[in-house]
Amino acid sequence: MKRSNAPVFWVLFGAGGMLAALLGPVLVLITGIAAPLGAGLPASLLDYAHLLTLARNGWGKACLFLVIALFAWHAMHRIFHSLHDLGLRTGALAKLACYGGALAITVVSAVSLLSLGF
Amino acid sequence: MSVVANRPRPYVRSMRGWWRRDPFFMRYMLREATAVGVLIYAIVLTVGVVRLAQGEAAWNGWLAALRSPWSVLLHLALLLAMMFHALTWFEIMPKTLPALLIGGRRVAAATITRGGWTATLVASGALFALAWWWGS
Repeated sequence: MKRSNAPVFWVLFGAGGMLAALLGPVLVLITGIAAPLGAGLPASLLDYAHLLTLARNGWGKACLFLVIALFAWHAMHRIFHSLHDLGLRTGALAKLACYGGALAITVVSAVSLLSLGF
Repeated sequence: MSVVANRPRPYVRSMRGWWRRDPFFMRYMLREATAVGVLIYAIVLTVGVVRLAQGEAAWNGWLAALRSPWSVLLHLALLLAMMFHALTWFEIMPKTLPALLIGGRRVAAATITRGGWTATLVASGALFALAWWWGS
């Protein structure tokens, strides 16, 4: 019997969903509202030198990568399975588009983060 | 005339807009739709990381875009989506988790849900404090 690849996608969906449930709201609040506006958080949080330090640190790099990649895999898995609910075709092409999109986000973020060095 | 066309056809209700027929389905679809918000946020962060790798000028351009009213409005919508995701994620967790036993007794669904929400509040407070400490 051919092994199913479903558990891999399911685990990525679950891990990303858990991370988004625990930290998603506060991350959006920090990076999208409080820090850019300097409301409740110092505006200097998003300074170039500051973020460079975070992205060059091994742990910082790993955290940024995990948040981006797991959010993408979670979202794409959920969107793929919602296509049927919307009455759309869920063939190989849709699967390729969804998981391919998640893979693209993963690769682009990994390459950018690695190019920043340690 | 074809035989098929003359055969009485049973009424089949259309499935179009099925989820708009019931508040339970509406909530289900809204829950699934939070994935669009999570995806947009992942893309926003990816662009940020790419701009950071391109150097200081590129990063400052991205930062200016983040400070625009449209971006703040978008992030307010993303915040709502994330909050609804967190709310519903722990609501369905008792169903997705294998039976959790403590002292031979099954942990109640409401306990698991409330535990998850509490974890989100604690983690949010901790990360916000960390950002504040690190930024100043």
